[in-house]
Amino acid sequence: MSKMTRRSVITAGAALAGTALHPPPVNAGADAAAAQGTRGNVARVRLMINGREHQLDIDRRTTLLDALREHLQLTGTKKGCDQGQCGACTVHLRGERVLSCLTLAVAVQSQPIDTIEGLSPPNGPLHPMQRAFIEQDAFQCGYCTPGQIMSAVACVREGHARSDDEIREYMSGNLCRCAAYPKIVAAIKQARGPLEPA
Amino acid sequence: MRPFDYVEAQGLSQAATLGRGTGQGQADSPTQFLAGGTSLIDLMKLDVLRPRRVVGLSTLRDANDRIEVTGRELRLGGFAKMAAVARHPLVLAHCPAVAQSLALAASAQLRNMATLGGNVLQKTRCTYYRDTTWAACNKRTPGSGCAALTGFNRNHAILGIDDSCIAQYPGDLGVVFAALETQVDLTGPTGPRQIPFTALHSPAMGRPHIETTLHEGEIITQFRIPLGAATRRSVYVKVRDRASYEFAISSAGVALDLEGERVRQVRIGLGGMAYKPWRSLEGEQALSDKPLTQANMEAAAAAAIAGAKTHGLNDYKPELARRTLVRALQEAKAMTPAQQA
Repeated sequence: MSKMTRRSVITAGAALAGTALHPPPVNAGADAAAAQGTRGNVARVRLMINGREHQLDIDRRTTLLDALREHLQLTGTKKGCDQGQCGACTVHLRGERVLSCLTLAVAVQSQPIDTIEGLSPPNGPLHPMQRAFIEQDAFQCGYCTPGQIMSAVACVREGHARSDDEIREYMSGNLCRCAAYPKIVAAIKQARGPLEPA
Repeated sequence: MRPFDYVEAQGLSQAATLGRGTGQGQADSPTQFLAGGTSLIDLMKLDVLRPRRVVGLSTLRDANDRIEVTGRELRLGGFAKMAAVARHPLVLAHCPAVAQSLALAASAQLRNMATLGGNVLQKTRCTYYRDTTWAACNKRTPGSGCAALTGFNRNHAILGIDDSCIAQYPGDLGVVFAALETQVDLTGPTGPRQIPFTALHSPAMGRPHIETTLHEGEIITQFRIPLGAATRRSVYVKVRDRASYEFAISSAGVALDLEGERVRQVRIGLGGMAYKPWRSLEGEQALSDKPLTQANMEAAAAAAIAGAKTHGLNDYKPELARRTLVRALQEAKAMTPAQQA
């Protein structure tokens, strides 16, 4: 695919900056650990992300969030507070929404993990929840949006999107500092019909 | 976060062996168990907890997450997730206060991660405990003092405290467990044992760094709540600074068995107020065998906070506790409990 995206520009730019200053790293995980003087702290970790298995040699301290973003270049999952207070890092673990910033990668090996990148096929149509967020204008800066959408998909699947109040309560773990809350509720209401459990 | 060894326990007996060094909740315990991780990873990032070994317990989950009613007991596995217990029909019917305390706690994501055993052992939210740039914290560093005594203590405890520590127990479920005479099943290096839930957390007593009465390597496998008419008429009221996803500044768990107006049995727990999960025997005694009138409810609430001690910014708490408890009693009185199955 030759189409230039914001993502490919950023990734290319970062790679360029990296080669300009350092020799290319042989193993990003071991390299980072060595830099911190903890080579012995590296573990081989198998992660099952969006149906694909990945094997990483990473520091045991690596959260699932950092494994996704820093080692697998899956940067759709966002780091907001990194303390379990904002919900920007929400992913699905065994089909349930969880916070990847409070999850150690080494502790969730070989368990199915779904991220925003896996919600719709690469060149296929958007997931109904993604479409609803666009159509309802349910974001401004967009930083919390992947977490909001992952949480929203689970919220509907759990059967917790039956009223505005229930949506607000069960989406309260996802903060939006642009305060797009009314539109987020509207987006979930738009998407809930087709997504609700039978 | 500091480096640590990570091992996964294969079964309870191996967990007990690997759990050497878990201590009784001390911040510097060299070993920590990892269940849901929502407290542990957070506090490791903050450098409050600094384990050299983390023992993963995920393999114990499936054998210890049952939710069932057996005889006259509600049994909740120590590894049951908060979300699963909050929505379970048996819990909703037999002991709604347990379901409510869980549904009103944390966020949907955290409730999917956190286990009941980890939940009741969660650490205080005291800023001076969580922020290591403050030197004075007897709970984190024994003998260093307590910055909260004269600091920002708006949400610090007023019951069960001493001058060594005024940190508040932040949980919701623990308040209900304390009120309902819950029993805790433990497994550890010396085999299984049972303790009352109210004996699980240590009082401050000048040594707040010792938080539990657990033996090293012990794991909570199950909670058992005796069921009856009162648990079916139970309620949890939570008052917060925002409408959702927030710790309590005040809460009350109440279970009530009425014969007409007369209180046959009452159980009272207070949250957002105390050093540990708090059962108010004073409040219960003030109501027992009396008609559940407004005046008697007020008198019981006054008795429940009679021993309160405030420290400035939390001077508002006794009155808020009183009103929260009266409201919980009113709500329990107004309930139509589920019929006995």
